[in-house]
Amino acid sequence: MQKRIPFKNHQQEILLIGQRSMLALGLIVFLIICLVIRLMFLQIVKHDVYTTMATNNWLDLVPVEPTRGLIYDRNGVLLAENIPVFSLDLVPVQITDLPKTLTTLRKLVTLSDDEVSQYKRQVKQHRRFDEIPLKLRLTEEEVAKVTENLHRLPGVTIKARLMRNYPFGTSFSHVLGYVGRINLQELNEIDQTNYSASHYIGKLGIEKYYEDELHGKVGYQQVENNASGEAIRILKEIKGTPGKNIYLSLDSKLQFVVEKAMQGHRGAVVAIQPATGQVLAMVSEPGYDPNIFVQGISQTAFKALQQSPDKPLYNRALRGLYPIASTIKPYLALEGLNSGVISPDSTVYDPGWFKLRSSEHIFHDWWHQGHGTVNVSRAITSSCDIFFYELGMKMGIRRMDNILTQFGFGALSGIDLDDELPGIVASPDWKQKMRGGHWYEGDTVNSSIGQGLMQASPLQLATAIATLANRGQRFIPYLLMGEQLPGKPYVLQPPIPLESIQVPNKQYWELVIKAMQNVVDTPQGTAFRFGQNRNYTLAAKTGTAQVIARRGNLDEKDNQNLLPERLREHHLFIAFAPVENPTIAIAIITENSYMTIDVARDIFDYYVGKQNNANRTAQAEIQKTAA
Amino acid sequence: MLTEQLKLKFKKPPRDTRYRSFWQYIHIDVTLLSFLLLLCGAGLIILFSASGRSLSVVQSQALHLLFAFGVMFVMAQISPISLQRSAPWIYALGLCALFIVLIIGHIGKGGQRWLNFGIMRFQPAELMKLAIPLLLAWCYHRDYLPITFKSVLAAIPIILLPAVLTAKQPDLGTAILLVIAGASVLFLAGLSWQIMASFTTMLGVCIPFVWYLLYDYQRQRVLTFLNPELDPLGSGYHIIQSKIAIGSGGMFGKGWLNGTQSNLHFLPERSTDFIFAVCGEEFGFMGSLILIILYLLVLLRGIYITIHAQDTFSRLLAGSITLTFFASFFINMGMVTGILPVVGVPLLLVSYGGSSMVTIMASFGILMSIQTHRKLVTT
Repeated sequence: MQKRIPFKNHQQEILLIGQRSMLALGLIVFLIICLVIRLMFLQIVKHDVYTTMATNNWLDLVPVEPTRGLIYDRNGVLLAENIPVFSLDLVPVQITDLPKTLTTLRKLVTLSDDEVSQYKRQVKQHRRFDEIPLKLRLTEEEVAKVTENLHRLPGVTIKARLMRNYPFGTSFSHVLGYVGRINLQELNEIDQTNYSASHYIGKLGIEKYYEDELHGKVGYQQVENNASGEAIRILKEIKGTPGKNIYLSLDSKLQFVVEKAMQGHRGAVVAIQPATGQVLAMVSEPGYDPNIFVQGISQTAFKALQQSPDKPLYNRALRGLYPIASTIKPYLALEGLNSGVISPDSTVYDPGWFKLRSSEHIFHDWWHQGHGTVNVSRAITSSCDIFFYELGMKMGIRRMDNILTQFGFGALSGIDLDDELPGIVASPDWKQKMRGGHWYEGDTVNSSIGQGLMQASPLQLATAIATLANRGQRFIPYLLMGEQLPGKPYVLQPPIPLESIQVPNKQYWELVIKAMQNVVDTPQGTAFRFGQNRNYTLAAKTGTAQVIARRGNLDEKDNQNLLPERLREHHLFIAFAPVENPTIAIAIITENSYMTIDVARDIFDYYVGKQNNANRTAQAEIQKTAA
Repeated sequence: MLTEQLKLKFKKPPRDTRYRSFWQYIHIDVTLLSFLLLLCGAGLIILFSASGRSLSVVQSQALHLLFAFGVMFVMAQISPISLQRSAPWIYALGLCALFIVLIIGHIGKGGQRWLNFGIMRFQPAELMKLAIPLLLAWCYHRDYLPITFKSVLAAIPIILLPAVLTAKQPDLGTAILLVIAGASVLFLAGLSWQIMASFTTMLGVCIPFVWYLLYDYQRQRVLTFLNPELDPLGSGYHIIQSKIAIGSGGMFGKGWLNGTQSNLHFLPERSTDFIFAVCGEEFGFMGSLILIILYLLVLLRGIYITIHAQDTFSRLLAGSITLTFFASFFINMGMVTGILPVVGVPLLLVSYGGSSMVTIMASFGILMSIQTHRKLVTT
């Protein structure tokens, strides 16, 4: 093969290839140097930067949701708990074909359209790699079925989580409120770090008001992650603080009794312990089941609740404003006596009507025949309108407002719940400002029997009657009796006293209270129907608020039943018992129904009557053993 | 002067002609063999960590190596003259296989790179890595060197036809290596600087057109190379994670089996194309340097064999094999460290996989054959 190549050429070729090889070698050395420089740059110059990046890759701080505090009543009955549930969670970023995934899932679990649309709505409100529950509370069978098929359902997981549960459902709905998924608006308001692992937040009631206490502080786990973001092991744990357990002043048994008594009515009951201001029962009927809000209420169900004429979502106890009506009378009587406008012996002749000198308008007494000659006690007992028209005119609106304000009307009570309404204590200034009208003497007349512009919530009515029961000592009504961090001592919440109402002559309290006792004890009393067969004393006052304006000389007692139900009068009832040493003060309102007295009887019989019975048996036993 | 020196040098070995060692007898170049064994040993150690301490992967890689060394041994027995004679046939065979693969791949709708022979799969593109330099060396060994413009023109289809077919598979990495394998023969054969310059200019002009010929994923790779942070979780993910792995290794590395990037699966393709990053992470700058030096030793031995080869065919062939070897490990290390775009080129002898290993060991067999058959030919 070499024969055709001359020797010289052969040498030249050797030389050429040798030269070219050396050139290539030079290029190789140059490139290798480049590579080594690059390695030095990455591994020595930028070492720290890449070490940080590598650490960020595999070390992850995973927030751990603190366990939400439990809610108990005053006797330790659990009102809100956390129950373990299995939920079907989807991670949107991992799901490529949602319809397909849903079809597959539908074969395994029952999925309603609502749950799907709920999920889709939540997807928009969350980050794409968040787990979003599609269905909460899977049954055991469903858990098993889905688990078996997880391998062909990418992005689908089953998660065990704690879910808020309200074992008594409707009974405490308006007090406790409920927790729900954190929405976008709330997300902007909360401390996002502390809520980084939380999905729920208190939306209403106690759950909202004591959100900070109940929620606790987020904890962290330092975990080693692999590239798919799966935690392989936990390296370190930084414990958070669980939420505090809350003890409410509510007495759940009383609450049930109230709820049962109110069944079938619309209205509200607020019961307060006069000596402390603790709220013993708070019911607004009808209520709703807060549990469905925790699971995520469907839009149709929510609409149904919202549009129901009974307004179950409306917290009447806190936000329902009703005319104070005749329940205003004891307070005005007290102010009349205090200011010396009347004396205990002052009388007024009641012919059944009242007319202002300046106008032709005739104001009727509810009792059209008239009560005849009445003094202040009798006026309270029989709820004589004419006496109070006269009193109101003599006293003037400013004095009226003064005493009402002292009893807490027209201002927020300061209870530990949000969204309270202050009600209205009507005054010329208020009317000028809000309605833009002149204050007439007629307005004063109307105000003196709590009609017209005067408005109060059941909570305010209860606070006022509790203050009366206390003979002037006021307390801020409250629900939080105590709180306890798990493993830590119980912290009692002391009552918060307010400035008490000063009365020159203490006897006036007893005069008014005695008159209120007569409301139930004497046949002249408006609540004589309450009945005598009881082992406790009771002071009460009734009230009637018209839904439509009274016309002509209708005898309402007969005609109310002819009216359509929703146009009938609202009935109010304020009372406390026992008279000597009050343990409970109550305000009751039933809309379009005069059943207040019956409701009150059930409540007092349970709370005061039973207590007395129990005391008596205990005393009898003591005597027996003594004998 | 230099000519005289070279002449003297090549005429020198009196001892070798008198006495043939055992290694020479079985046509094994001990120097090259020991370098290769060192490199493969290092490779297995890295692979054990990269595979997530999988003994079965290491075992199967060891089997690949065993087979590849067997192929090397066989190739070493074939004399350069026999190779030279069969060069055109090998090329023709490889080209046919490439066409068949393309057709099968076309029917099967999707990239196909290999022919399945039941017990083993055969990648025609790998064969072409050898076939192209063989044919070109065969073409040029009779010519007067440096080669003429005409023979350069003749070489273009010989190189580009298989390269384009391979790129169509699509396997850009191997296609580039095929071009380099061919071009290195031309370079060694004395391709004139003017032609090289004009080719470079033409390439520059062609780039926009080549852009349109590329597949989407290939274009994406180039874009990612230019700016990996553009898509850190998508196409930029490989290179970012690879840089993190290497950079976090530092001077001495995190220690064997202690790499977080590889052991926690952040580094993709860690036992194949990106295995160099595992080395960089666990053994640091020093470890990477040692690995590079091992490669350089093999390379230098290849250049030594090239220079000492006895005839033009052997020289061109050995030179091309050596330069292609360099190109493949440099491209791999360059892409893993982010100085070259990501093209699918494995790190020879270290990356897990059999195909490219068999080819490279076969070519080392040829180098050994060139080295050891040298003495049998009298000059």
